[in-house]
Amino acid sequence: MDDLKNIPHIEEINHRGLFAGVPPKHTATFQERTASQNKVLPSLEAAIRATGLQDGMTISFHHHFRGGDHVVNQVVDALARMGYKNLTLAASSLAAVHAPLIQHIKNGVITHIETSGLRGDLAEEISRGLMDCPVVFRSHGGRAAAIRSGELHIDVAFLGAPSCDPYGNANGYSRDEDDAIACGSMGYARTDAKYADKVVILTNHLVRYPNAPWAIPEYDVDYIVVMEDIGDPKGIMSGATRYTKNPKELLIAQTAAQVIDAAGYFYDGFSMQMGSGGASLAAARFLRQMMLDKGIHCRFALGGITGQIAAMHEEGLIDRILDVQSFDLDAALSLRKNRFHHQIGATYYASFLSAAAVDQLDFVILSALEIDTSFNVNVLTGSDGVIRGAIGGHPDTAAGASLSVVVAPLTRGRIPTIIDRVNTIVTPGDVVDVVVTDQGVAVNPRRPEIAKKLRRAGIHVYTIQELKDKAEALVGRPDPIRYTGRVVGVVLYRDNTIIDTIHQIDEGPTE
Amino acid sequence: MMEKRYAKDRLRRSMMFVPGNNPGMIADARIYGADCLMFDLEDSVAYTEKDAARFLVHNALKTLDFGKKEIVVRINDLSSGLGIRDLEAIIPAGVHVVRLPKTDSAQDVIDCEKEIARIEAEHGIPVGATGMMAAIESAGGVLNAREIAQASGRLIGIALGAEDYVTDLKTTRSDGIELLFARSMILNAARSAGIAALDTVYSDVNNEEGFLEEVNLIRKLGFDGKSVINPRQIEPLHHTFVPSEKDLKKAYAIMDAIAEANARGSGVASLNGKMIDKPVVIRAQRLIALAEADNTVEEE
Amino acid sequence: MDLVKTAMAGTMESGDIMVTIEPRTAGGITLDLTSSVMQQYGRRIEEVIRETLGELAVENAAVSAVDKGALDCTVRARVSAAAFRCAQAENDHWEVRK
Repeated sequence: MDDLKNIPHIEEINHRGLFAGVPPKHTATFQERTASQNKVLPSLEAAIRATGLQDGMTISFHHHFRGGDHVVNQVVDALARMGYKNLTLAASSLAAVHAPLIQHIKNGVITHIETSGLRGDLAEEISRGLMDCPVVFRSHGGRAAAIRSGELHIDVAFLGAPSCDPYGNANGYSRDEDDAIACGSMGYARTDAKYADKVVILTNHLVRYPNAPWAIPEYDVDYIVVMEDIGDPKGIMSGATRYTKNPKELLIAQTAAQVIDAAGYFYDGFSMQMGSGGASLAAARFLRQMMLDKGIHCRFALGGITGQIAAMHEEGLIDRILDVQSFDLDAALSLRKNRFHHQIGATYYASFLSAAAVDQLDFVILSALEIDTSFNVNVLTGSDGVIRGAIGGHPDTAAGASLSVVVAPLTRGRIPTIIDRVNTIVTPGDVVDVVVTDQGVAVNPRRPEIAKKLRRAGIHVYTIQELKDKAEALVGRPDPIRYTGRVVGVVLYRDNTIIDTIHQIDEGPTE
Repeated sequence: MMEKRYAKDRLRRSMMFVPGNNPGMIADARIYGADCLMFDLEDSVAYTEKDAARFLVHNALKTLDFGKKEIVVRINDLSSGLGIRDLEAIIPAGVHVVRLPKTDSAQDVIDCEKEIARIEAEHGIPVGATGMMAAIESAGGVLNAREIAQASGRLIGIALGAEDYVTDLKTTRSDGIELLFARSMILNAARSAGIAALDTVYSDVNNEEGFLEEVNLIRKLGFDGKSVINPRQIEPLHHTFVPSEKDLKKAYAIMDAIAEANARGSGVASLNGKMIDKPVVIRAQRLIALAEADNTVEEE
Repeated sequence: MDLVKTAMAGTMESGDIMVTIEPRTAGGITLDLTSSVMQQYGRRIEEVIRETLGELAVENAAVSAVDKGALDCTVRARVSAAAFRCAQAENDHWEVRK
């Protein structure tokens, strides 16, 4: 061995000095080793201590267990018992099942929340002013970008997983064992696992190494806790999402399918995304028939995936599925079974900072709580001003797709959907192209060529103002919602600029 | 010329049934593209709610905008004592056509017309402004179909009500053979009076195939259209009445040949060496009207 | 209109309003309204109820209404139906559409 000095250009070669031998090689079988040396800790408390979590830090969760999630409540209960204070809770979304957080906010364990959405009692309380610091709402793509850029720094991620091996390869299902629960894709959790300082996997189903395929690779995982209960299968997945029989939703869905065809985005090799809402899901049924009639294929379907999309894949109508979230058991089973039904993470799906799959969409069909005459869309606050929804991928897909179609009934009961100004802007009108209601279609004036094509196909195109007037003629002009001056929520666009704020509702007596 | 609320000759492919005491369904009725809306005060309204339904339909007719649709109200039969109260409520409210249920004879039509005329006069509405249609729901009614169809100049059409009729016949609804006589009778009675013939409802909403079979049958028989109980039935119903491309092309060719003959000043037109008879022209005109109706976007 | 005994009209279904009218001898019209759209339409619903009762010459009554997003024409219809039931009378004066 030469002296290092004798190696020409040694200062330009990256190295760590001279080889000095290796530690003794292990000789036990790998089965023995997984039993004795692994990342499994005996309790949730032990895992929390091991992460080095401190007061004031940020913890994160995913929402793939939806209304059946038992992870968030159990972890925050444990943190409260251990005396933690002043934590930021950054979840990919929160549901009605997370109402127990109200108590932990009141006692100071959680002092700030970042999420895509809020529902139920927690949402009601926050709308009434429960928290000092406003809740930060981000889209799925905005959250992925913020985590990667460090704007949302996660100290410890607590990620529930329906299957995990002793080294941390974790997934929303398991291919070789009949797991008790499954959530399908774990796309949103992948971003947390990759960028959080410490990652704890909570699983009820420890499987043998290697748990392939995995959503989260072992090198992103620090600790594993085996828990009896991470969620309620019934709340995590409904058996199968059914097509609506509601005639109004079917009418809207059929019109949406006609609009897409007339606008020129229904061709052999197109790409699409649709939500799980009644009308947007029902559009899949009409699109399917049109695909059969015209003999064309969809190259890929993206986003939250339902059994209907999976069935069209199995039927040979959709070549590839990019699944960031499986909406029902049929979708989860397809992910497990079909090799071209592919699991993707939030960054790949929609991040503003990367070339994302949303940018390759021909069209997306999205629902809305409110749409205004500037085409701005609200999916976050109800007509009474109370938070009751989630941004999800709404602005990401609307911006990415060549044609964004927003579907909604013109009125819900007496409440008009199309109004002068939405209560909360989630998706700006600049990225909304067509609005389809049960009583007419409006095209954003930015897209005159679309309006022309629709007219040529015999679809009457209204102005958005005309649709608003139609709604008002039927239900009358609503009195405005009363708010106080206090901000309870901040809404970020996908580039993480502040697009709107949500105010505390004013329930005081009218003068 | 008296201003009538109804037009004898118009498209009536679908007459959508709307329960008269259901405000949500009344408000939504117009969005589904039915040619006619029929608000029901009869079988879909419980006896104790007849008064409430009358107020609801009256106020809805006065206030809501139903576009260019034909607005029909099915009243209770006059012998029940409810029918006259129904007429009192709906005629001032602007109903286009009164649908008389359980019509057994021409006299039923004449009696109802008398009441309508009285109410029109009392409210300063031109007498004769309101149209009528008669639903035939019994064996006796079917046998009297011809007289019924000719009982009043206000009649825009007659319809078959099959549920009561098959019970009267001591049978049940099956593949349609049980209705063949009634349908043929009603159709011929309507045509001989120059009015519309409308078929009964198909109540198994989830059986799309059975519905389409029935729609095809009544279209071939010559009916103008059919009552529907669910909005989901409208689109397939209208679709069946859309002429095929081939038939439509032929119809346009016939009309072109006629126009060309007229331009020549000749009364005789021919196509592909065959002379065009008058019935051929009438059929071509109807076909084109149906096709155009299907492409017409309702603009209000 | 002379009110005789407490009466009700309407249902609790979406798009409907359930109206109860109780006869009173004095005190004008008192109204107890709850609505699923109180903030946006509470004012308007009250206006329509009072207007309809005024047209029917109901002067004293305790009215309670549970609204599930009824349109104006439905509010009018249910108030009228409840009032006539309360008066145990039939309407014999229907207005003509303008």
